Amino acid sequence: MPQASVKMQVRKASDQTIIVDIQGEITSAAENLLMDAYTQATTVGARNILLNFNDLEYMNSSGIGLLVTLLIRANRQQQRLVAYGLSEHYRQIFTLTRLNDAIAIYSNEQEALASLN
Amino acid sequence: MGNISQETEATEKTVVKSEASWAEPVSKLTIADVPAGAISLNLDGHQVVGPLQGFGPMWQRTYRVRLSGVQVSPEEVIRDWKENFARFQPPENQFYPSLAGIQPGEVIFINTRLIYFPGVRGLVPMKSGVMVLYSDLEMFTVMTPEGFPISGWNTFSAFIEDGCTVAQVQGLVRTTDPIYEFGFRFMGGEGAEDKVWFHVLEQLAKHWGVQGQVQFHKVLIDPCIQWSNAKNIWKNAAIRTFFYVLASPFRWGARLFKNRI
Repeated sequence: MPQASVKMQVRKASDQTIIVDIQGEITSAAENLLMDAYTQATTVGARNILLNFNDLEYMNSSGIGLLVTLLIRANRQQQRLVAYGLSEHYRQIFTLTRLNDAIAIYSNEQEALASLN
Repeated sequence: MGNISQETEATEKTVVKSEASWAEPVSKLTIADVPAGAISLNLDGHQVVGPLQGFGPMWQRTYRVRLSGVQVSPEEVIRDWKENFARFQPPENQFYPSLAGIQPGEVIFINTRLIYFPGVRGLVPMKSGVMVLYSDLEMFTVMTPEGFPISGWNTFSAFIEDGCTVAQVQGLVRTTDPIYEFGFRFMGGEGAEDKVWFHVLEQLAKHWGVQGQVQFHKVLIDPCIQWSNAKNIWKNAAIRTFFYVLASPFRWGARLFKNRI
């Protein structure tokens, strides 16, 4: 399988909220990193997980599949998954794939955090 | 010369990672041209749906074949797969790609039969299709419309693993409604689905001169049944096709009557 061209950083926004900064490409190669980031967020007891796509360079259809898998895992743990920083193109892809039915999308971190209150 | 080859490589990478690899957003499918032999039943005006909009448990089903002993790149495998997509299908599955082929946003028309018994081909005709959601040099993904037996995506890809090119079909799917779920669980639907992709990968391997051994594994992503989507039954493509076939004599009669006037 191809090498992952992505970096993920997990940071705490509050006791219950974790932000995952995604930098690079979301493809099938990103699976382990994304799931590791999720596990890290869950381990510290996050109820809300924010995916920061500001530095997303590319995402293919396998990447969308990974997000669906992540969403299901989060739903089963009664966690809320939220996305922000998506470009117009990827906002449209979320709409086309109907991911926006289940993952709320916000323009920036401030809006996303405000939506949790 | 060195510079030229670097430019080529850069261009190829640009093509692989282009926004144009994705289908344009559509709220509903609009069918303009129908290939000879196909029918645009259960497609026109239907929304495309993902695994989140389905009914049954969500599965990730992966089928793969190693093209051992063949010097072929993933790009070549995918190029040929796109060109022979219909030909690799089993005889009971008639696939009709549009004239543009496997391109983002294009529709592939499908005529098939559902409900299987041991030794008996599918009993119920089903006419529908899928939309190409994504296509690049190393993979392509199709997405199902409302009413299709499964809701979700199938991704067809090729990659190098341990120095060998591997071709793979991976589905992230749920059955669409309670009738299809019953069919998958109790009427041989699940086995029939597996048989299709085994056949496709065996044909692909054969195309490259390999006697391929298809490997399969499935992962239950979500065991929950989404009862709120039981209403999907209203768009069930098999039921609609059944009534369409049932009404055929009346349509022929009406056409004959119209021609005589």
